[in-house]
Amino acid sequence: MIHLVPGDPVRAALGPTAPASLVAERKAALGLDEPLVTQYVDYVRNVLHGDFGTSMTTGESVTDVIKVRAPATFKLAGIAFLVAIFVAVPLGVLMAALTRDSRRRGLELGFTATAGGLAAIPSFLLAVGLVYLFAVTFQIFPVAGRAGVSSYVLPVAALALAPIAALARIVRVEGLRVLGQDYIRTARGKRLPARIVYVRHALPNTLTPTLTLAGLLLGGLVAGTVLVENIFAWPGLGTSLVQAVAQKDFPTVQALAVVFGTVVLLANFAVDIALGVIDPRSTILES
Amino acid sequence: MSEPSTSRLRFALRTPVGIAASVGLAAIVVLAIVGPVLWSDDAARLDILAAAQGASRAHPLGTDALGRDIFYRVLVATRLSVTLALISACFGAAIGIPLGAIPALVGGRVGKLVTGFINLSVAFPTLLVAIFVAAVAGVGARGAVAGIGIAIAPYFARLSQTLSSSVAGSDYLAAARMLGVRRARLLRRHILPNVAEPLLITVTIAVGDSLLALAGLSFLGLGVQAPQYDWGRMLSEGLSQIYVTPVVALGPAVAITLGALSFVLFGEVLAKAAAGGGGVRWTRSDLSFVSLPPAGDGADARPVPGVLSVEGLTVSFPGGAVPVRGVTLEVAPGEIVGIVGESGSGKTLTAMAIADLLPAGGRMTANRFSLFGEDPRTLSDGQRRRLLGRSLAVVYQDPMSALNPALRVGRQLGEVAEVHDGLSKAQARQRATERLRSVRIGNAEARVRQYPHELSGGMRQRAVIAMGLMGEPKLIIADEPTTALDVTVEQQILRLLRDVTASGGASAILISHDVAVVSQLCSRVFVMYAGRIVEELDVAKLVSGPAHPYTAALVASVPTMRSDRTRPLASIPGRAPGPYDDEPGCPFAARCPRASERCRREMPPLEPHSPTHRAACWHPLDGLEDVAV
Repeated sequence: MIHLVPGDPVRAALGPTAPASLVAERKAALGLDEPLVTQYVDYVRNVLHGDFGTSMTTGESVTDVIKVRAPATFKLAGIAFLVAIFVAVPLGVLMAALTRDSRRRGLELGFTATAGGLAAIPSFLLAVGLVYLFAVTFQIFPVAGRAGVSSYVLPVAALALAPIAALARIVRVEGLRVLGQDYIRTARGKRLPARIVYVRHALPNTLTPTLTLAGLLLGGLVAGTVLVENIFAWPGLGTSLVQAVAQKDFPTVQALAVVFGTVVLLANFAVDIALGVIDPRSTILES
Repeated sequence: MSEPSTSRLRFALRTPVGIAASVGLAAIVVLAIVGPVLWSDDAARLDILAAAQGASRAHPLGTDALGRDIFYRVLVATRLSVTLALISACFGAAIGIPLGAIPALVGGRVGKLVTGFINLSVAFPTLLVAIFVAAVAGVGARGAVAGIGIAIAPYFARLSQTLSSSVAGSDYLAAARMLGVRRARLLRRHILPNVAEPLLITVTIAVGDSLLALAGLSFLGLGVQAPQYDWGRMLSEGLSQIYVTPVVALGPAVAITLGALSFVLFGEVLAKAAAGGGGVRWTRSDLSFVSLPPAGDGADARPVPGVLSVEGLTVSFPGGAVPVRGVTLEVAPGEIVGIVGESGSGKTLTAMAIADLLPAGGRMTANRFSLFGEDPRTLSDGQRRRLLGRSLAVVYQDPMSALNPALRVGRQLGEVAEVHDGLSKAQARQRATERLRSVRIGNAEARVRQYPHELSGGMRQRAVIAMGLMGEPKLIIADEPTTALDVTVEQQILRLLRDVTASGGASAILISHDVAVVSQLCSRVFVMYAGRIVEELDVAKLVSGPAHPYTAALVASVPTMRSDRTRPLASIPGRAPGPYDDEPGCPFAARCPRASERCRREMPPLEPHSPTHRAACWHPLDGLEDVAV
C-alpha cells in the first residue's frame, strides 16, 4: 500500500528539512529498502503473528495502539447494533400489526415518512443534531469523551437511529407480506391467540431479510464509528484512523484497514451462519 | 425515453415527493451556478469584530472564527460541494460500469473472478474505503473524490453486472453474436442502450450519496482543505464552536441534508416512473382478523340443534362487492355435503365466512347462523375461539403454503392441543405423532421433527388434515383439498377424508369445482353460481336428473369413459356475472339455452322439487318432471 503513495512517504513524514541520512535510516528501520515481495511476505507474516509494525509518527507499536483502542470502538458499534436490533424488530412487527390491511393510514404515513427521513440522514449529521439538542441546549448528556454510562447514550443513539429506521421499515414490510400468507390463515384457523400468531408464526418468517440487511448495516455501523468517534472525541480506532491518515502514518492506516476489513468480513460471515441456523430452508447447513 | 415512460415521468414529478425533489434539485443547480458569482465577496468579507457570533439580523446563520458570514458561505459552498459530488459519482460510474459488464462480455473463469470481486467489495462500507483510498491518494479534495469514486464503484459494477447479464441472456444479443458483431460494438450498440435508464437513476442517487460521503470526509479534515471550503469543512469548523454558537454548525448540516436528500429523492422519483408509477403496494394484505358482526335486528337468532344451519348468508366487501348472496345451508351430524361451482362462484368465501376466516374487510351477515348449537356471533372472542378451535377443522386448498415453513410439523400440530386442551409440550407432541399416524403418515416419530419443506405435497395435506384432528372436530371444512395435488394422491386424500369423518363421527363440507370429486364423497350437493345456491340435490340425482340447466352443464362437462372422443369436451359458453353485478333476473340467464324473458326479469326462488331437491329455475329440466310427478 505504501508504495502506491506518490512521492516519498518517509520524507513526507519526517518533513522536508530532515537530513537524507535520517530518511535512509528510517527507511531501513521500516524495511522499505528491501525488495517489494520480501516486504509483503514479511508484513503478512508479522500480521499473522500479531505484529502490525511501528507507527511512523509516534514510534509506538501499532499492535499496542489497536489493543488499547479497539475495545472502545467495538463496544460502541456492538451496543449500537444490539440497540438497533432490539428496538427495530419489535417496532417493525408492531407497526405491521397496527397497519395491516390498510388500517391506520395516518400512522402508516407518519411512520414511513419519519423512518425514511431518519434512514436518509447520515450518522454524523444526526450526531451534530443530538449534541446540539441534548448536550448543548438541555445539557442532559456529556458532549464528548468516554466516561460512564451517560457518555454512551449520544454516540450510540447517533449510530443506531438510522439503522433502526431502515430495519424497522424492512421488518414492517416483511411483516405485512407474511401476515398475508396462507399459513397465517392456517394459524388463525387453529384459533391461536393473537400473540402466538404474531410471535411464533409471523416473526420467524420475517427474519431472513431482516438479518441480511442487519449484516449490511453492521458494516455501515463500523464505518459510522469513524465519524461519530471524531465528533464525540471517543478514544477508539476511528479517531486513530483519522489522525493517522492526516499525518500520513501509513503503518497505522494499513493496520486499521486490515482490522476494519476483517471485522466487516466477519460480520457478513456471522450473518450467513445465523441465516443458516434460523432459516430451515437454507442449504448452507444442509450437509 | 419512450412515450409512455415520459408521461409516467411527468406524473411522478407531479406527486408531492416529485415536486419537492425537483424544486430542491433545481435550487441546488441554480445556487451552484450563480452562488459563487453573486456572493463570493460577501462570503469572504472578514469582520473580526463580529467573529464567532450566533444568529443575528446581519448574519442569520452566525459568523465563523474570522467573522465571515456563514449564510453566504453556505450558499457559495454549494458549487464546490455539488461539483465534487458529481465528479465522484461519474468517476465511480466510469470505473464500475465497465467492470460490471466484464462477466457478461467475457464469461468463464475471468467473469466469475470479477463477479466474486464485486460481491466482496460491495460488502465494504463506502466511507472506510474512501478514507483508505484518500490516505493513499493524498489528503485533499482530489484524494477525497478519488476515494469516494472508487468506494462507490462496486455498486455501479453490481448494477451493470445484473443488467448486462440479463441483457446477455436475451435473444437479440444472441442473434447479434451469431452475426459476428464485435465485442466493443456489442457493448455500445446492444448492451448500453438497454441499461441506460437504470444507470442514470443510479448516478443521480450516487451523487446524493457522494455528497454525504464528501461532507463526511471534509468533516474529518480528510477532504477539502483550507482556504477552500465545502459544507463538510464548514460543519467541522462549526462543531468546534457548538457550545458557544450552535447555529453555525446547524447551517451547513441542514445544507448537506437537503442537498443529499434532493438528489436521492429525485433518483427515486425517476426510478418509480421507470418502474411504472405505482411501485409495490404493501398495504393491502389478504387476510386479517375480522370478527363476525353481531346478529342484526329482526334476525332469528335462535340456535338450531345439529352441526351447521345458516340462512341468508351474505358476504360483502367495502366497495360494493357482494360475492355471496343469501346462501342457506344445513349440515346434519355425520353428513358429508359438497359445494360445487366455477371459480368465483363464492363457494370458498361461503366456507370461510362459516369458519370466521374471511379476508380483510369481508363482512358476513346472516338471518340465522347456528354452529354446533350456538350462534358464534353472540359468543365472546374467547368462547368462540374455544368452540371453533376444538370442533371445527379446516383443510386448505394448497398444502404447500398452508403450513408455516419456519416451524416443525410437530410444533404446528402440537400447539393446537397446547392452546385448547392445556396439554404439555411433550403430551402435545405425543398426540401429534398419533394423529400423523392416523392419517397414514409413515415414520411419524421422525416426521414431527421435520419441516414442511421436507414433506411431499400429499404428505403435507395429510399433515394439515391431522392438524384438524388434533381437537375433536365435529365439522371439517375442506376447501378444494385435492386441487393442488396429482390424481393418484387425490384419491388417497379423498379416501382419508371419508375415513376420518366416518371414524370420528364428524360432518364435512367438501368444496370443489370438480363434480366428479364431490360425487365420490358426498351424499348431498349444493351447486353455487354467482354467489347463490342454484340447486341442492342428492348426489344420485346429480347424474340422473338435475333440474337446473347450470348443474346439467357442469355434469356434462365432466368427461367419462363413454364420452365421444371425436367431439370437443363440453363447456359452458359465456362468463359468470361478477360480485359487483347487480342485474335483476337469473344470473345464469345470459348463458342458458332455456332462458326466457321472465328469466332476465325475475330472479327465480330456490323452490323444493322433492323433500331433498330444491332448484332455483323458472324452466327446470325434463328429467325432473319424471321424479316430481
